[in-house]
Amino acid sequence: MLNNRFFSTLFKILTLSLLAVPGLAFAEYGLNLPEGVTPISRDIYGLHMTIFWVCVGIAVLVFGVMIYSMINHRKSKGAVASNFHESTTIELVWTIVPLLILIIIAVPATRVLIDLEDTSKADMTVKITGYQWKWQYEYIDAEGEGINFFSNLAQKSRDGIKNAAIRSSDENYLQDVDKRLVLPVDTRVRFLMTSNDVIHSWWIRDFGVKQDANPGFINDAWAYIEKEGVYRGKCTELCGKDHGFMPIVVEVVSKAAYAKWVADEKAAAAAAAASGDREWSMDELMTQGAKVYSTNCAACHGVTGAGVPGAFPAMTGSPIVVDADKIPAHIDIIINGKSGTAMQAFGKQLSDSDIAAVVTYERNAFGNNTGEIVQPAEIKSAR
Amino acid sequence: MATTTTEIEADIHAHDDHNHGPEPGLMRWVKTTNHKDIGYLYMWFAFSMLLIGGAMAMVIRLELLMPGLQYVEPQFFNQMTTMHGLIMVFGAIMPAFVGLANIMIPPMIGGPDMALPRMNNWSFWILPFAGAMLLSTMFMEGGGPAFGWTFYAPLSTTFAPDSTDFFIFAIHMLGFSSIMGAINIIATVMNLRASGMKLMDMPLFVWTWFITAFLLIAAMPVLAGAVTMMLTDRNFGTSFFDAAGGGDPVMFQHIFWFFGHPEVYIMILPAFGIVSQIIPTFARKPLFGYSSMVYATASIAILSFVVWAHHMFLTGMPVAGQMYFMYATILISVPTGVKVFNWVTTMWRGSMSFEIPMMWAVAFVILFTIGGLSGLMLGIVPADIQYHDTYFVVAHFHYVLVTGALFSIIAGVFYWLPKWCGNMFNEKLATIHFWWAVISVNVLFFPMHFLGLAGMPRRIPDYSLQFADFNWIASIGGFAFGLSFILLAYIVVDCIRNGKPVKEARVWESAKGLEWTLPTPAPYHTFTEEPPRELILKESSHSAH
Amino acid sequence: MQQSKDQYYVPEGSYWPIVGSIGMAFLLGGFASSLHGSGLGAGLAVLGLVIVVFMVFGWMGQVVSESEGGYYNQQVGKSFRIGMGWFIFSEVMFFAAFFGAMFYAREFSIPWLAGEGNNMWTAKLLWPEFSANWPLVKMPNPETFAVPSALVHAWGIPAINTMLLLCSGATLTWAHWALYNKKRDQLIYGMIATITLGVIFLGFQAYEYAHAYGDLNLKMTSGVYGSTFFLLTGFHGFHVTLGTVMLICILMRIIRGHFTPENHFAFEAVAWYWHFVDVVWLGLFIYVYWFTG
Ligand code: HEA
Ligand code: HEA
Ligand code: HEC
Ligand code: CUA
Ligand SMILES: [Cu+2]
Repeated sequence: MLNNRFFSTLFKILTLSLLAVPGLAFAEYGLNLPEGVTPISRDIYGLHMTIFWVCVGIAVLVFGVMIYSMINHRKSKGAVASNFHESTTIELVWTIVPLLILIIIAVPATRVLIDLEDTSKADMTVKITGYQWKWQYEYIDAEGEGINFFSNLAQKSRDGIKNAAIRSSDENYLQDVDKRLVLPVDTRVRFLMTSNDVIHSWWIRDFGVKQDANPGFINDAWAYIEKEGVYRGKCTELCGKDHGFMPIVVEVVSKAAYAKWVADEKAAAAAAAASGDREWSMDELMTQGAKVYSTNCAACHGVTGAGVPGAFPAMTGSPIVVDADKIPAHIDIIINGKSGTAMQAFGKQLSDSDIAAVVTYERNAFGNNTGEIVQPAEIKSAR
Repeated sequence: MATTTTEIEADIHAHDDHNHGPEPGLMRWVKTTNHKDIGYLYMWFAFSMLLIGGAMAMVIRLELLMPGLQYVEPQFFNQMTTMHGLIMVFGAIMPAFVGLANIMIPPMIGGPDMALPRMNNWSFWILPFAGAMLLSTMFMEGGGPAFGWTFYAPLSTTFAPDSTDFFIFAIHMLGFSSIMGAINIIATVMNLRASGMKLMDMPLFVWTWFITAFLLIAAMPVLAGAVTMMLTDRNFGTSFFDAAGGGDPVMFQHIFWFFGHPEVYIMILPAFGIVSQIIPTFARKPLFGYSSMVYATASIAILSFVVWAHHMFLTGMPVAGQMYFMYATILISVPTGVKVFNWVTTMWRGSMSFEIPMMWAVAFVILFTIGGLSGLMLGIVPADIQYHDTYFVVAHFHYVLVTGALFSIIAGVFYWLPKWCGNMFNEKLATIHFWWAVISVNVLFFPMHFLGLAGMPRRIPDYSLQFADFNWIASIGGFAFGLSFILLAYIVVDCIRNGKPVKEARVWESAKGLEWTLPTPAPYHTFTEEPPRELILKESSHSAH
Repeated sequence: MQQSKDQYYVPEGSYWPIVGSIGMAFLLGGFASSLHGSGLGAGLAVLGLVIVVFMVFGWMGQVVSESEGGYYNQQVGKSFRIGMGWFIFSEVMFFAAFFGAMFYAREFSIPWLAGEGNNMWTAKLLWPEFSANWPLVKMPNPETFAVPSALVHAWGIPAINTMLLLCSGATLTWAHWALYNKKRDQLIYGMIATITLGVIFLGFQAYEYAHAYGDLNLKMTSGVYGSTFFLLTGFHGFHVTLGTVMLICILMRIIRGHFTPENHFAFEAVAWYWHFVDVVWLGLFIYVYWFTG
């Protein structure tokens, strides 16, 4: 392992010096932007390479002259200083030539910019909402209309954060989610970005899409994805404690596979709604509750329910969690959250049975052992 | 305060009627109205802050050495990132430049001191209190600021810990100090300049600082306004940054960057000035294109107020706004280019020697240009979609800030230190230090370009596996670069205490400027008599006299 | 300007700056702690304020005695003038931030929330009920805000206040003229008139606030219009208060016989400050009260 890392490191240091060799050394070792799979991402890549080479050109010129002079015009070589110190002509030249270079860059940049900001035509629309620290995807029109789910960091990645063994066996460490956004290939998709709390930013490099998700406003972007596959990205706006743990995974499938996925989703949603109508046992609630807690609540209130003093309250021994007469308040804060704080409203995110399970779990885990059970039906009536 | 003894010795040479020399003891430093005393205080303060901010950077690099969370929790990591940025910007770079201005502007313009000496003392003595208040937030419940040095709302308003209100007031105090410092510099340059020195005779360091002072006076109050709105949004129910009440979180960013972009030029214009002093000295040639340097500085300053939204290309602003801000941003490359070309042409057909200050100045020109060129890339909106909030940006701004601003400060310190304390530093050690720092700083920051392009976001405590190698390299470079500051501290203290005394007034044989006509070490009171115009013209670094 | 070594003046070391810094740290640190329920905080803040006031009077007292003692020369006076001028400019920029916030809310964020420009989806999905209005009395989410029943009418108290401040500018200029012409009585009357106008202005402003909070339900918590309204007028009122206090100090000095037609920098500085406060008010009157449509 170490040896491997050492040699690959060494190799990369060497490739740095090969920077002048375009393309080949770059792409393979993740030194450069990828071309991506949408027309926009390819245009951006082209622009990027153009400005890059312009910059290299300027640098070579400027440093070349400088180094030449540093070698040849030095005192130890007996160089005698000349005394020129002004020339309006040359000042004009090196004002105007850079200006022209800038114009040459600005023209294609403007063209791409206009293109990528034009979201007027789209075959389907997905609304993306950032939460601390997960993404919500809502399909608001076309075939998938009504599909709505959350996408969290995958449990395996979360376990790997402090466990090197798990981490090294997880090739998609911190790049995997529990539920992917699924999109059809060769379709013009419009993304609407917004946020429920702080500013997040949704980024898939291969699409050339990065857009801030601002609370209270909706921004848009679009992509026409030309290749099936799995594409990964990250939240790129600092959004609090777990900003680094909010990946994005998009699976792009054929149109037929997409239709099937839509049908499956709708069937699953119907089944979940039905599960709230029956009585659950303590064991069932505790198992389900542990799952719900670790994906939705642990990020703030801690895996052990200890919270973060001054920022997130502890669940262990908190009156609202252990006092028998506060069960309604407990349910209420989970359903409605507390506005003006990071405690978000989970009412629309979790089903009745999930909320019942997590309430039961909190009241019996972390040494709270109250023995109280809360059933999905109680949640339903509390809504 | 290692300078105390030399200062008192220096005073023996000073004779002045109505002003006695420095008071003995610690109170001298508390009460002082002497521009050099205050300047040294600024420099030591800045250096301590550099060490604290740098130690935080070391924590960042240590955590990022390998994937996984090894040493710190994410919330603490965010505090480190935030405090590192704030302390470096407001605690290290800005005070260091103000310190250099305090020490060097009066001698460069043939003046006795700063124009408003008591206020000068106050500008400094606010800083330790503001710094202490800022640092104290880290020990409060809920931790210190963890929302980035840009403190975007609503993460810094609704979702921030209580300590944020202390942070807000610390920023108010820092701003107050900077504004007073800037006013002082303007009054000094306008009013205490020797009557024989016309504006276009001023050395470039004075010019660049003069212009910077206007930037400060125009930009800092806007920051004060921004944090005041934060304060009321947090505590008094206003809704500047809350859409539900008709406000807009993006409005915060506009106000912040209206300050923030001029701020980055505040941190680079004085650097341009320092380098423009050093290069002619060691090229033994007048500065090429003096007047175009002045005009370029002024253009950069003016443009800096109309490009702020290039930090906000992805906030969803209208496409016309994106275009305008793109064009205005890349336009700044033109006056900056003029400066670079002027430096190169000053070196061209000179008779160069590479003493320590010159080496730093040359490193500055090369590495700053690299940082500037990546800035140009960031200015292209569609490309910025891929660069924004990645390590590509981190690479950009460390090239302009560390190898730009910080390197110029180091260059300036080596250039003027012998004048200040009357001793020469150990040139052999300084050479080792130079190469060590220059190599390690590139190992530290160059790979960050690749990390950014490969998709690593900034402000994350942990990353996926494909970023492991470059992070490892960067961290190793970071530790090496960090150690170089211990050597730097040694070189400076050693120079002050046991350096070989310098006899000549003109420490560097071909240096020009009024400051080199004063005895070495510089007397406690600078020009008590106004230098005549012939001397000023003879010492002008940009004319052929 | 002919300078010689006797003309440079560098003051002695001074304790006032460090006293000021300590006072400031207490004041602000104490205030911040009191925001989070620390009883000690309020005490510290008051202590800090006392120290700051002590420092201002002590420092200024020293400057006054140096000035009266004849230590200063024209050059020092010019430094003071430059300093004061640019300080006022920094204040202008501080107000500019709040004016900027108001224009931004009015021209951008509110129309955007109602769907203008590329924000169709914002209005459609997030704020379907909202339509743009300014001054904002109907917020995108009225539930969490104090909804005002009416606004402060420009042609009531604000118009009177505009007249008051304009008159006070005139009376101050009259006093200045009197100072130049050594008409001591008129100088004192001019100062008293200016101070009186300032105080009446503040009284009206306080009445208007009470009216807005009590009767109109227009509060700092009334969405972004209320926020900009109270912060702009509030900071302005604070500056008028400071200006009035400074005018009173100047009046005291006049009564003690300070200032000559040639040497009265302090008077001028305060006059500049007062005119600056005046001009800001005109901006407020026009953009906050009058052209709100
Ligand atoms: C000293 C500080 C400093 C300086 C001087 C600069 C200089 C420049 N910066 Fe930088 N910048 C920062 C500090 C600085 N910056 C910081 C701190 C941030 C991040 C803030 C944060 O988010 O935390 C940032 C971020 C930043 C961004 C936002 C990126 C993002 O977040 O997505 C952009 C985008 O346009 C940008 C652009 C530029 C440009 C165009 C210049 C230009 O001024 C550069 C001009 C110089 C040259 C171009 C090189 C020399 C010229 C020639 C050799 C002539 C020939 C050249 C041509 C013809 C092109 N900078
Ligand atoms: C203005 C100047 C400035 C300076 C000089 C520096 C200097 C350094 N910076 Fe800084 N940096 C910023 C300004 C600056 N930075 C800003 C504005 C940000 C953005 C913050 C934000 O995102 O909000 C940032 C962010 C930033 C990041 C990104 C963090 C993130 O996104 O999560 C990183 C990561 O590597 C980093 C590293 C470093 C390093 C290694 C140094 C080194 O150069 C430091 C070297 C100095 C020392 C190390 C101190 C001296 C030595 C000792 C104290 C002895 C101890 C030494 C050892 C233990 C080895 N910086
Ligand atoms: C993004 C962070 C975050 C997440 C995720 C989160 N909470 Fe909270 N929670 C908070 C904060 C902050 C508070 C404190 C609110 C306040 O100031 O009263 C809180 C308060 C609570 C309280 C009241 C505790 C008390 O002592 O007053 C309960 C119960 C609670 N949360 C349960 C949950 C459950 C169950 C989940 C998951 C389904 C969850 N929280 C997810 C941040 C979070
Ligand atoms: Cu969400 Cu960062
Ligand atoms: Cu900028």
